[in-house]
Amino acid sequence: MQVLIPTPLRSYTHEQRMVEADGATLATLLDDLERRYPGIRFRMINEQDRMRPHIRFFVNGDQVFDLARPLRPDDEVFIVQALSGG
Amino acid sequence: MAARTARKTRTTPTSTRASAGKRAQAKPLVLLATRKGAWLFHGDPARRTWRINGPHFLGHVVNHVMLDPRDGTTLLAAARTGHLGPTVFRSTDFGRTWKEAARPPAFAKAPEGSASPLKARSVNHTFWLTPGHASEPGAWYAGTSPQGLFRSEDGGITWAPFSGINEDPQYREWMGSEQDGTPDGPKLHSILIDPRDPKHMYFAMSSGGVHESLDGGRTWKTLVKGMQVVDGLDPAVITFHDPHCVRICPSNPDRLYQQNHCGIYRIDRPGEEWLRVGRSMPKRVGDVGFPMVVHPRDDDRLWVFPMDGGSVWPRTSPDGLPAVYTTRNGGKTWQRLADGLPKEHAWWTIKRQAMTADAQDPVGLYFGTTSGELWASRDEGARWTCIASHLPEIYAVETAQVA
Repeated sequence: MQVLIPTPLRSYTHEQRMVEADGATLATLLDDLERRYPGIRFRMINEQDRMRPHIRFFVNGDQVFDLARPLRPDDEVFIVQALSGG
Repeated sequence: MAARTARKTRTTPTSTRASAGKRAQAKPLVLLATRKGAWLFHGDPARRTWRINGPHFLGHVVNHVMLDPRDGTTLLAAARTGHLGPTVFRSTDFGRTWKEAARPPAFAKAPEGSASPLKARSVNHTFWLTPGHASEPGAWYAGTSPQGLFRSEDGGITWAPFSGINEDPQYREWMGSEQDGTPDGPKLHSILIDPRDPKHMYFAMSSGGVHESLDGGRTWKTLVKGMQVVDGLDPAVITFHDPHCVRICPSNPDRLYQQNHCGIYRIDRPGEEWLRVGRSMPKRVGDVGFPMVVHPRDDDRLWVFPMDGGSVWPRTSPDGLPAVYTTRNGGKTWQRLADGLPKEHAWWTIKRQAMTADAQDPVGLYFGTTSGELWASRDEGARWTCIASHLPEIYAVETAQVA
């Protein structure tokens, strides 16, 4: 499926805005992103498997807070940087 | 893997041209970590002119940049951004390219359904980097916020929790809560390795006291006797001890100095009690501050930078008059060193990692301010010159000699 990568993470995706990745859930999608772009997952998800405070995930436009959220191959996942003070 | 290339700029901030180049000499390198990136300052052997290289990691919060003194080429940078988690970058070409650590410092994951009373933690930022003992090439230590101790054995590529303190119930109690730390999070810092023995080490926590191991981190004991705490708190509670910066004297590793939230201290091992040598500082200046700098060859000599720790803790230079203080007799008497520094209305201060010395003779001193200025002295503090200004808030300054 297509995944939108926010600007702070594009150094991992060779500056690509949209990348292809697979997963039956948001968690496995992030595992696949990590496999393709080593190091990217820990910048978004901490060691306790929690989303970091200023990273947001949207599936087909709806914000998702649960890494176990199931995904279908035609879903569109947006990873977005939330506002974070200067 | 996130690799980056820095832009380069040239500058000649000081008025005197270098007389370098007549013979091959080691050149000084000053490493700056700031709230918005890192910069490298390459000096001539006389330390008169400086070439600025950077920014590296523009916009990243960089807490510490260190060069490995054992190989003279490995640079580590502890970084995070406002949005992304913490990591460590590594360069072996003086910052031309950087590669991210394959496994940055991170706490152990709490087991699923764990009944442990210890709250699962995540590293907010790596705060402190210390190269390991000379006999252990590739070994590095890292201190984090919230307080955690980590070690790498491969030059900073992979990191693992070190020594068990991160999940030890007693240590977790001493680390306190978020309310017991500094404004941007409680920190583990001042990781010191005895140059005579890689198994003899110290670390400090803000808050959480000073700790010593004689067996390579297998066991630890507290080293807080003689240290004072904020009025009204009980010094028997380790959580209340706030050492800001502890340094070991290279010329006499049995002597350590400490800039604490509550004064300047010295300890002579095997003694177990800190002596508040800051009591002999001028009363109107006091002995509160963040950094502590020791002389590379003289264990009676050190430099501090007092700040205003009165009333609401302004954390500025006292009366807006920045000054370094030095002692030549282990803290019995102090001299003010402010020649060249602003004479009025300079309301900045220096953070705990942002003041350092080189190993030359006479010793060069360097400090970076919260207002983004880099100052240097080529004569042990007698005269100060501003090398650079308008940088972001400076978090750490380190020096090295490069071929």
